[in-house]
Amino acid sequence: MTKISLTVDGVAYTDDVEPRTLLVHYLREQLGKVGTVVGCDTSNCGACTVDLGGQSVKSCTVLAVQADGGEVTTIEGIEHDGVLDPMQQAFHENHALQCGYCTPGMIMACRDLLKNNPKPSEDEIREGIEGNLCRCTGYQNIVRAVQAVAGASS
Amino acid sequence: MTAVEDRPVTAEIGQSRKRKEDYHLITGRTTWTDNMNLPGMVHLAILRSPMAHAKITSINTDEAKGRPGVIAVYIGQDFAETQGNLPCAFAPEGLVNPGAPSLAVGQVNHVGEAVAVVVARTKVEAQDALEGVEVEYEQLPAVLNMEEAIKDGADLVHPNTESNRSYTWAFESGAAGSGEPIEDALSNAEVTVKRRFIQQRLIPAFMEPRSTVVQPIGEGVTMWSATQIPHVLRTLLAATLGIAEQKVRVVAPDVGGGFGGKIVVTPEEVITTLVARKLNKPVKYTESRSESLMSAHHGRDQIQDITITAKKDGTVTGLDVHLLADMGAYLRLFGPSVPVLGAFMFNSIYKFAAYRFVCEGIFTNKTATDAYRGAGRPEATFAIERIMDELANELGMDPMDLRRKNWIKHEEFPFTTVAGLTYDTGNYEAATDKALALIGWDELRREQAERRERKDPIQLGLGISTFTEMCGLAPSRILGSLAFGAGGWEHASIRMLATGKVEVVTGSSAHGQGHETAFAQIVADKLGVAWEDIELIHGDTQSSPKGLDTYGSRSLAVGGIAIVKAAEKVVAKAQKIAAHLLEADEDDLEFEGGSFKVKGSPGSTIAMGEIAFATFLGHNLPDGVEPSLDSDATYDPENFSFPHGTHLCAMEVDTDTGFTKIRKYVCVDDIGTPINPLIIEGQVHGGLAQGIAQAMFEEAVYDEAGNLTTGTFVDYTLPSSSDLPSFTTARTETASTTNPLGVKGVGEAGTIASTPAVVNAVVDALRPYGVDDVQMPMTPERVWRAIHGSEKSERAGAGTTAYGGASTTTSDGEGGAL
Repeated sequence: MTKISLTVDGVAYTDDVEPRTLLVHYLREQLGKVGTVVGCDTSNCGACTVDLGGQSVKSCTVLAVQADGGEVTTIEGIEHDGVLDPMQQAFHENHALQCGYCTPGMIMACRDLLKNNPKPSEDEIREGIEGNLCRCTGYQNIVRAVQAVAGASS
Repeated sequence: MTAVEDRPVTAEIGQSRKRKEDYHLITGRTTWTDNMNLPGMVHLAILRSPMAHAKITSINTDEAKGRPGVIAVYIGQDFAETQGNLPCAFAPEGLVNPGAPSLAVGQVNHVGEAVAVVVARTKVEAQDALEGVEVEYEQLPAVLNMEEAIKDGADLVHPNTESNRSYTWAFESGAAGSGEPIEDALSNAEVTVKRRFIQQRLIPAFMEPRSTVVQPIGEGVTMWSATQIPHVLRTLLAATLGIAEQKVRVVAPDVGGGFGGKIVVTPEEVITTLVARKLNKPVKYTESRSESLMSAHHGRDQIQDITITAKKDGTVTGLDVHLLADMGAYLRLFGPSVPVLGAFMFNSIYKFAAYRFVCEGIFTNKTATDAYRGAGRPEATFAIERIMDELANELGMDPMDLRRKNWIKHEEFPFTTVAGLTYDTGNYEAATDKALALIGWDELRREQAERRERKDPIQLGLGISTFTEMCGLAPSRILGSLAFGAGGWEHASIRMLATGKVEVVTGSSAHGQGHETAFAQIVADKLGVAWEDIELIHGDTQSSPKGLDTYGSRSLAVGGIAIVKAAEKVVAKAQKIAAHLLEADEDDLEFEGGSFKVKGSPGSTIAMGEIAFATFLGHNLPDGVEPSLDSDATYDPENFSFPHGTHLCAMEVDTDTGFTKIRKYVCVDDIGTPINPLIIEGQVHGGLAQGIAQAMFEEAVYDEAGNLTTGTFVDYTLPSSSDLPSFTTARTETASTTNPLGVKGVGEAGTIASTPAVVNAVVDALRPYGVDDVQMPMTPERVWRAIHGSEKSERAGAGTTAYGGASTTTSDGEGGAL
């Protein structure tokens, strides 16, 4: 076991973890942060995407020990005082989710995309989130949601 | 008078309401089954067969049992007497069902079959201990090729059957009296085109891996499961395991997609229940994606031999369909019925005089197949829309002209087809005209001609799919006549609360479709209650005790109508009480906008909410009237609904590299009266993505030993955002006349329609290169080989080992008519 200390959604935690424990499993099973989900074993689907130190990561490709000392933001930490994050709001407004399973990772990836490229073209959006799979929406309304946030922030 | 004319002017129906479901999903406050933890809960891991076909000669679990945290290890023999067989609801006369154990006993029949289960304190401990289970196998020859499998002397998948053929299901219009004998059409044909199409094996690939939690309670169990069918599952779990049905509660909490992939009773659900009851502890099993891809059921997988006959003027006369349908190793809940659903759809929108459909269901040493979005109808639509293009090419006709010449005209409805179904309404002309205008068809044809003229390396192809589907599964009598072990009704209850709020209970269990939003829109209009005041209850057999669940685009066209019927009963009950309270004659009341009014007495009104409260109080009700407005309805549809539409695809094909790119995709769907256009559009988008993915990206491939070589998302390539274009979607509205909402269903339309439009577009681009087929998925390699190889059809259809290289053939071996 290895001791790690990190902040998740604004709360400080110190825990013992097995060195092999993936960040996503730490989040779900030790912290109860079950808003972040697992969709594959191969880092293809992106359902587990979270923000680690200002950068979006697939939390299934990060060991919990690698997040030691870091700051993690999950889907559960971006609504503040009852006000949705603009990307959450845009997903709702644009019907950018159906079953909702990919949604936590997708929203985190879309926020990261706009942080790096505030005014993306449609092609840039599609390429920017291609690491996150959605089986329900055909992506069109997800693209619209991102465009809506990008347009609103101009 | 028709149901359509009776439809009232509405306020909520037709509005693009944002979904009630969204908040908890966008904030991560979800209830996926895997999120659940119960006190004392233990975890399962499943050891799966690495062999496609083998006898299990020994299993040693001793080492695994000694591993840290391990509570128990079970093998098939431990449950041989109790596990029963996984149910199959389709049993036509003569069907051979060798049985389907949840945990293998003595023999494994596909890679991924469950062989042993480890129960441990944590999931990680259970998974680690799988390494400690030693299994010895004696390999048997793997049966993988359907055509080989049904030859005399073929190796058998199951030792207790005489052949690998599970069933043969046949329909012939001459014998059925629905048309002329097929033999007449075949022998009198002026033009005959034969093709072999391969419907590759697909994987539903819902994003949420399947998960099941079972809690034993006394003699019974409560199960939470990622399922589309909590009600069906409850009944069948009880029947399979011999538990009294009233002791079983099934809950489908948030379910992350299904697409048919969560429509069966799974081995894992049975195993989890068996273990939970054995240990008398709550147990959780959640599959990994790799386990899901190799053991959750697959879809499609047909070899389609299609013969179409026509007159030289293009009038189609006969359609002869012969399918080989791969069941995989076992019959799942709807597995053998899936290709048979297509029996009524191959003739599609066209007026054939004669029709024959023969389907043989075949066992192989592969994962079982069952429903995948569309289930039988995409396969049928693909075959007819592809062969219509081939016929047009043979005749030298424009493919759209050929379709126009042969489809049912809007004034000919209702129309009884050669397959015996009566289509209530449709307007193929309107949908097609709109689609052609939206895509700019004539301009694209001009560009295509120019590119051909200048031998541009980027060629343009235009593909058509004018489709219909049968939705709203299903009239119970028809299911009975097809030997299904279930009906097709749906149930609803409406509960009027004291404060005027409304609870609507439905047996149609949603997993992404937006029922909570759309059903509330219907109830809001029917009761005149605010949309915000309506709550949908679903997905738990304790709180929504009766239903037949969600599949086959049935939720609205069947479940929605049950809600309408229940609402009508609420209004009828309320009317009696309103008359009493208003001191008026019941017949003098009219109900409008949520209030009863006395005709001709404008001031004398009472709102539904006031009646609800008065009913709750019960102080002043008419004699003999019970103090309740609550009402139930169970609706059994009289007919299917028949959505239709025209899908057009413009495809760029790079003839140097074989790379294909959708330039523009336009679809005009006619799904009847729209309830929520926002949700409809989302359903169409997602359906298109899956249908296009079949055409271009996805295939479950087995190697020669029966290993699934596409067992991760690295190899089984779901389309990403950068693989797909933005679609242009539009609608025409031809209301169904067989239900009071005029609705038809939309969940599967995009998937059913799009696949042939895409393939037709690629083939259209490559006609000048002598190409008349490209096998799906149309990878750049396949497209390139189609253009540059020596044997055009063979190389384009070059199959995987799964099909023994099956490829397109024509009646004269060269590509065309006799």
